[in-house]
Amino acid sequence: MVDFLLSLGFTPYASKITSLLVDGTIDTAYMVFLATAISIIFGVPLGVILLVTSKGYFWESPVFYNVLGTIVNALRSIPFIILMVAIIPLTKFLVGTSIGTTAAIVPLTISTIPFLARLVETSLRTVPYGLVEAAQSMGTSPFKIIKKVLLPEALPELVQNFTLTVIVIIGCSAMAGTIGGGGLGDIAIRYGYQRFQVEVMIITVVVLILMVQLTQVVGDFITKKVDHR
Amino acid sequence: MIKLENIHKIYKLDKKHTLHALKGIDLHINKGEIFGVIGLSGAGKSTLIRIINMLETPTEGRVIVDNADITDYKESQLRSVRKQIGMIFQQFNLLSSLTVAKNVAFPLELDGCNSKEDIDKRVKELLKMVGLEDKADVYPAQLSGGQKQRVGIARALATNPKILLCDEATSALDPKTTSSILKLLCQLRDKLGLTIVIITHQLEVIKECCDRVAVIDEGLISEMGNTIDIFANPQKLLTRRLVSAVVRKDLNALLEYTKLSDTYKAGAKAWFELLFLGDKAEDPVIVEVATLLNVKIGIMGGQINRIQNQPLGVLVVSVEGDEDTIKRAYEELQKRVYRAHLVGYQVEEA
Repeated sequence: MVDFLLSLGFTPYASKITSLLVDGTIDTAYMVFLATAISIIFGVPLGVILLVTSKGYFWESPVFYNVLGTIVNALRSIPFIILMVAIIPLTKFLVGTSIGTTAAIVPLTISTIPFLARLVETSLRTVPYGLVEAAQSMGTSPFKIIKKVLLPEALPELVQNFTLTVIVIIGCSAMAGTIGGGGLGDIAIRYGYQRFQVEVMIITVVVLILMVQLTQVVGDFITKKVDHR
Repeated sequence: MIKLENIHKIYKLDKKHTLHALKGIDLHINKGEIFGVIGLSGAGKSTLIRIINMLETPTEGRVIVDNADITDYKESQLRSVRKQIGMIFQQFNLLSSLTVAKNVAFPLELDGCNSKEDIDKRVKELLKMVGLEDKADVYPAQLSGGQKQRVGIARALATNPKILLCDEATSALDPKTTSSILKLLCQLRDKLGLTIVIITHQLEVIKECCDRVAVIDEGLISEMGNTIDIFANPQKLLTRRLVSAVVRKDLNALLEYTKLSDTYKAGAKAWFELLFLGDKAEDPVIVEVATLLNVKIGIMGGQINRIQNQPLGVLVVSVEGDEDTIKRAYEELQKRVYRAHLVGYQVEEA
């Protein structure tokens, strides 16, 4: 492999950087994928709960909605870089360490869940209330209204917001690099910043831009597919 | 079929303010009839229709549907009652993510006890009934307003309900489409023996298909009766205004642009408005009176409406002559038509 790369004009140094960047990209993709998946698993139900307990919906409960809403807002107001450090004990408890890509998933998820929950709430709010009422008039249970009316009808908005969430997580995952989170951010900090290797910095930035672009293109494509309005 | 007893509905707006939307409604809707509820916006119509299927809980009063008092039913019991009551809406409320066929199948799939074949068969039947067999696999966004409402009707009737509630179902449609939807409702009533409740602010809708009508004003029923009676003989000011806008639609403009005075002057023509109802509408009243009193009677304008298959005509005529002749003509006209009244005197411009 090294010989092959050398024959192409790669120096040992260049091949080391290349494999570093490939590993970094895989690490970032791993963090982003898992963090997104876990955020959706918790964020979507949380968003649904926020919506259906808000004023005018079938499980209206001002006290519950306000308490939950305040918690969500409080979590959202903590800057990611501070949250990351602040919850190190929790991270250690959950994954055994606070360093590395798996450890980075914990703060990524915790900061994304409330963000996504609000996005889900607003997405579901775009579904005209008349549809909920129509479903009720047919004798639909609240669970089925959520499953068969609210979520499918808001799907285009939800996909758009999932796309946005992935992009935000990509950005945050790079930040996780500052405290040894692994991935592209880690490489950019260690090589590009601390060792003044400008070319490494540039390449990481380019890879991140490509990731974000790809996410957006895929997101837009799926939105178009599911939107029948 | 539907009985509302002393229904009150009070909304709490905030700690201090309340809104008394319904102030004691008593209503009895018979099986198989098309019952109209008309009122201006904010009169409480929408609340009223939602109380029939308990989407809104009345603050006071009883709701009796098909001999069952459903006022104190639990949510789960209400769900099974609601399957017996279809509802259509002004905004159609179709699911945009589902095809027409899937929308109609929606209420059938809720139970989970219908087989796929049964559902497909029923959906085909329903779409045929509303004339949309060819649109099964189209998404609602590609349909016109009238077609959307037809899908709404098919969906509402999927579970074979006994009652159909129409909440301003034609208010977003143009007059021609409105007419075709109302015809469809009439057909369905005859075919399926449905009881239909129509809420509307358009008297045209009532005129076209309702057997009985209730006029609702500020949370109370101000007038109720057979549609033809309400049209021919409205009692309250609001009803008169509403009726006048429909029955004398073409004449109001005419009267507005003609200068009429309240007092008689020599050489003036008297304008009368004559209301014809039912059989009397076919008698040669004008000629009779003209021959009898030897006066000249001119026809200024007229309009004939058909309500519940009865003609209701309005005619504006002018009578020429001295004060005494005019008075006698008035008397003779009053004898011969359902109602006649003096609109004013037209004085020739000098």
